[in-house]
Amino acid sequence: MAVPPPPAHVRSARQVERDAWRRSRARRRTLIAAVSTVVVLVGTAWLVVTSPGWERVRDTFFDLDEARAVAPDIIRAFWMNIKLFTVAEVAILVLALGVAVIRVIPVAGLAPLKLVAVVYTDVARGTPTLLVVFLVGFGVPALRLQGVPIDLFWLGVIALTFSYGGYVAEVLRAGIASIHPSQWASGRSLGLSYGQTFRHVVLPQAVRRVMPPLINDFVSLQKDTALVALIGLVEALRTAQINSSRDFDYTPYVVAALGFIALTVPLARATDHLALRAVRREQGST
Amino acid sequence: MTDTVPLLRLDSVCKSFGRHQVLRGVDLRLDTHEVVALIGSSGSGKSTLLRCVNLLEAVDDGTVELDGRDITDPRVDADAVRREIGMVFQAYNLFPHMSVLDNVALAPRRLRRLPRAEADASARLLLRRFGLEDKVAVHPDQLSGGQQQRVALAQALAMQPRLLLLDEITSALDPELVGEVLEAINDLKQQGMTILMATHEMAFAREVADRMVFLDEGVVLEEGPPVQLLDAPRHERTAAFLRRFRTAAS
Repeated sequence: MAVPPPPAHVRSARQVERDAWRRSRARRRTLIAAVSTVVVLVGTAWLVVTSPGWERVRDTFFDLDEARAVAPDIIRAFWMNIKLFTVAEVAILVLALGVAVIRVIPVAGLAPLKLVAVVYTDVARGTPTLLVVFLVGFGVPALRLQGVPIDLFWLGVIALTFSYGGYVAEVLRAGIASIHPSQWASGRSLGLSYGQTFRHVVLPQAVRRVMPPLINDFVSLQKDTALVALIGLVEALRTAQINSSRDFDYTPYVVAALGFIALTVPLARATDHLALRAVRREQGST
Repeated sequence: MTDTVPLLRLDSVCKSFGRHQVLRGVDLRLDTHEVVALIGSSGSGKSTLLRCVNLLEAVDDGTVELDGRDITDPRVDADAVRREIGMVFQAYNLFPHMSVLDNVALAPRRLRRLPRAEADASARLLLRRFGLEDKVAVHPDQLSGGQQQRVALAQALAMQPRLLLLDEITSALDPELVGEVLEAINDLKQQGMTILMATHEMAFAREVADRMVFLDEGVVLEEGPPVQLLDAPRHERTAAFLRRFRTAAS
């Protein structure tokens, strides 16, 4: 079935003129944006290329032959980073949700746990991630405890989870606190328990609201997987380092940097997409 | 057609959202010191019409003239036009992070560049007019809905607008709080303010409006003095709307 066409509206001469003016303004804005972008990019490139040390930098940082030689190795090594952040992200979500819930739940008996949660977030957020990686990577195996992993991969996951769990817990807590008390009351008034209200009413809204900062933390985590290189785990950065010292060339680092960017861009775009969708939803409601 | 230039004149204003035509050629005029009540069922385009006048929406066709000047021309500085037109919405008019006084003094301080003391003094004066002199220091969330809407009126009036647009400003209020807001509007009328208001308060409109306009399916179906429009509507659709309304209200 054909949808009936919208009632034909003949624009008045005045409206035609207004629309034409708006279009010409839009064209002008686009032109200004394009020209200024080109000027900035070309200007920056010119500044770099005409710098006194450019030839030296070009040979040691942007050596195409070297890049081609080391790229397959480094790209393969990224598999380790991907495994690191995939496992860590799940662990972080579980840990952070637990900490956030303990901190918001109004149960007096949980006071000792609440104290632990507060101290944990303070320590986790206050300690540089690199330091945590060192302490966990070298300290935990030194304990020689039965059942404690000494595998570098798992030590890396533990360190990253410890460090990022603090940030993510605070993001989730802020989200939960931002849900209007009426939502709690509404859930409870239906007869849902505290836990059910939290699980089915409050948490879904809270997570949706804090999605952008949550993804922001995960983008940050994805590149911080490189820190695990410093306890000896062979991942992308470590591989670049090995190649770099062998060939006396910094190009492997540039290749690794490009790899990290390529890895984080999809998540960054996802944040933009979510923000846009939120805006559309709000506009749709007016 | 009279020979004087009306304060506000709408000429075949059209506005669609997607395929939905909300306004299909609205004609309307408002003279200085006139109070006009806009009635019609929800979805008839009352809010859209007010938003078009305040340039919050760009019209698809037609013109809105303020004092004989076409303000729908895209070359017009919309901010400058809005400074001359005050608007109050159903709710959420006030900025919750500011005190009542700062809410009212914000626009004069930022736009007129009035010194703080001067802006505060005139804001206090305005708030006293609406019986809110003891609320200047509190934040909007601590006020009742009726008090909030009176602050919103003061906020809109702080820029000394020539025209006031009211979009169902009592619709979100408890019935017992409606009176104080209507009283404030009545005071404004006595002082000669020009007001275009969308409303469901028929009794109040009858009392305060010089003219009533019935908006139906995106056009002005009927307009006239309240007595005529409410008691002897010319159109069957107007009569039907009023009947439905009375049934719902009683």
